[in-house]
Amino acid sequence: MSWRDTLRTSIGAVRDHRLRSALTMLGILIGIAAVILTVGIGQGAKAKVRDQIAELGTNLLVVTPGSSTSSSGVRGGRGSASTLTSRDAAALANPTVAPDVQTVAAATTANVSLAYDTTNWTTTLTGTTPEWSTIRSRTVTSGRFLTSSDVATSAAVVVLGPDTVTQLFAGRDPVGRSVTLGGTKLEVIGVLKALSSADLTSNNDLAIVPASTMSQRLVGGTRRESVDTVYVKATSDRTLSAAYQEVNAELLNTHHITGSATPDFSIATQDSILSAATSVDKTITVMLGGIAVISLLVGGIGVMNIMLVSVTERTREIGLRKALGARPSLIRRQFLVEASVLGLAGGLLGVGVGAIGAIVVPHLTSSRMIVSPTASVLAILMAVGIGVVFGVFPATRAARMTPIDALRTE
Amino acid sequence: MTAIATEPTDVAGAVPARAPVIELDSVGKTYRSGSLEVDALRGVSLTIEQDEFVAIVGPSGSGKSTLMHILGCLDVPTAGTYRLAGRDVQSLGENQLAEVRNRRIGFVFQQFNLLASLSAWRNVELPLIYSGVARAERRERARLALEQVGLADRADHRPGELSGGQQQRVAVARALVTEPALILADEPTGNLDSTSSADVLGLIRDLHRSGRTIVLITHEHDIAQQASRTVHIRDGRLVEPEPHHESWARA
Ligand SMILES: Nc1ncnc2c1ncn2[C@@H]1O[C@H](COP(=O)(O)OP(=O)(O)OP(=O)(O)O)[C@@H](O)[C@H]1O
Ligand SMILES: [Mg+2]
Repeated sequence: MSWRDTLRTSIGAVRDHRLRSALTMLGILIGIAAVILTVGIGQGAKAKVRDQIAELGTNLLVVTPGSSTSSSGVRGGRGSASTLTSRDAAALANPTVAPDVQTVAAATTANVSLAYDTTNWTTTLTGTTPEWSTIRSRTVTSGRFLTSSDVATSAAVVVLGPDTVTQLFAGRDPVGRSVTLGGTKLEVIGVLKALSSADLTSNNDLAIVPASTMSQRLVGGTRRESVDTVYVKATSDRTLSAAYQEVNAELLNTHHITGSATPDFSIATQDSILSAATSVDKTITVMLGGIAVISLLVGGIGVMNIMLVSVTERTREIGLRKALGARPSLIRRQFLVEASVLGLAGGLLGVGVGAIGAIVVPHLTSSRMIVSPTASVLAILMAVGIGVVFGVFPATRAARMTPIDALRTE
Repeated sequence: MTAIATEPTDVAGAVPARAPVIELDSVGKTYRSGSLEVDALRGVSLTIEQDEFVAIVGPSGSGKSTLMHILGCLDVPTAGTYRLAGRDVQSLGENQLAEVRNRRIGFVFQQFNLLASLSAWRNVELPLIYSGVARAERRERARLALEQVGLADRADHRPGELSGGQQQRVAVARALVTEPALILADEPTGNLDSTSSADVLGLIRDLHRSGRTIVLITHEHDIAQQASRTVHIRDGRLVEPEPHHESWARA
């Protein structure tokens, strides 16, 4: 009996027992689609976090006040009075102190309410310098960004995020108009280009003013010199760790921290932020994976039930085939191919449903999905494995019976 | 029709030139189910020569089917020896047994045993698949076999669409398609009306005339008479017929 005859016989058997084949494939299909969807959602979430962190800018060091020795590094514990000042930022910008640092921008943030006409909108106000746009890789779609003269003169100007503009101006061009912040009028000079990772709303809903304007005219008080974040951009990705060392040494020096004393600042790299973030969604991935494995198991049990129910009929068939001269190895081969055909068809359909899900799900929810080819191939292999284990095992047992015992099975 | 190798030597080894087709020597078969033991056959010795037409008769439960299954290598005896064309069947491995069933024996069951999902010609083709005949030739030989049993026009019908007599004729076609030297038929007409019975028995007589050895279980008086020899079985033993007691009348 040739392999082609075996394949033809197996496909014929799958076709002839339509309902049983369909139910078997359905069980496999659901399991595989669940695996692909859950893995896809997990990977999508991971990719999104990675993109968001990449959108912070490239070759970036983020210096925050307070010690981070116990924290995850996403944001160090914020000291009550900030230990980081604009003088620190100025010192790091000195090329003789930190030759591997390209640009430095200090930023102070506060939640404020902006008003235009009768509309009020609460957003995050950032006081910073023109370098911010370079470091964070942000450009303006209309108007212009801050200039050094804006900072020097503490100009009453503001650059708005695209979402903020939508909220306050409802589609009109805001450049040249003024918004009010606690009695102070600020002229809108530019609108930032939107970032794709729309979920991180602070990326697109924000207002930026010169650092001097923020500290002297808007917030004031004890926080005049202190800043919340100092962004440091290294000259290239190869000099990133050198830049890290320089920044660390300079800040330890200017803050008079020696020996084993705990630093009053912390420096995060994108890598450390990423690993902190991914450690969170590793948990999610494991959880989703667990759900997927359970659904695959349920699918597998369904397949097993159907195979067991049909085993009587199959045993008689095996008895007859043996009586007509089929060798046991041919019987095993036929059922192996038959189970593989079922598993493969169910698996491919499952991947298909998973792929359709990958298109539909992101439209229904804001989550992203990535269909991993590795996961798909593994899932199909698993489907074939299910078919083989649950289909061939009973068939092999039947192939060992004498033909008449198999034929007499009730 | 292309003859396939049916020489006794095709299984393995050299064989005495004119060995009987079947030699049973004190064959016994004991069924065990738990502590219960049923002696279905006790010390059956029987020799059947080439070209014989042997009818086996006996009351229900006497062991006719058990004997037939052993003759067809579908079951194994628990005592004694069975030589098929001079070769001890117990010495054959699974694969050799498969070849014997495939090439030397054509079996007709009382219950037809057709695969319900396959059309008539695909059922007839089955034994040829296992003897490695190419697809085109299988189709042709299956068609010829169906023609021989008068069912050429039903080749594409499934068993469910055929009458009992037609189904049994398909089963006969399946038994003869490999041109086996030995045809075993276990009450082939037991489930059929008299017309269908006559059809099927006519086919079997034709097979005998064309030089095949036939062993047939039957209840029919006239059929047993057509056989060249009648063997009586009772309680698992071969017995001499009692002249006035028609022990093989339908039980
Ligand atoms: N698988 C089995 N397990 C246990 N006992 C069996 C089995 N098969 C047959 N028997 C017993 O062996 C004996 C012979 O059975 P067998 O089927 O050979 O009879 P038979 O002559 O063919 O009868 P019938 O004319 O009704 O077909 C019976 O007593 C039967 O109950
Ligand atoms: Mg019987």
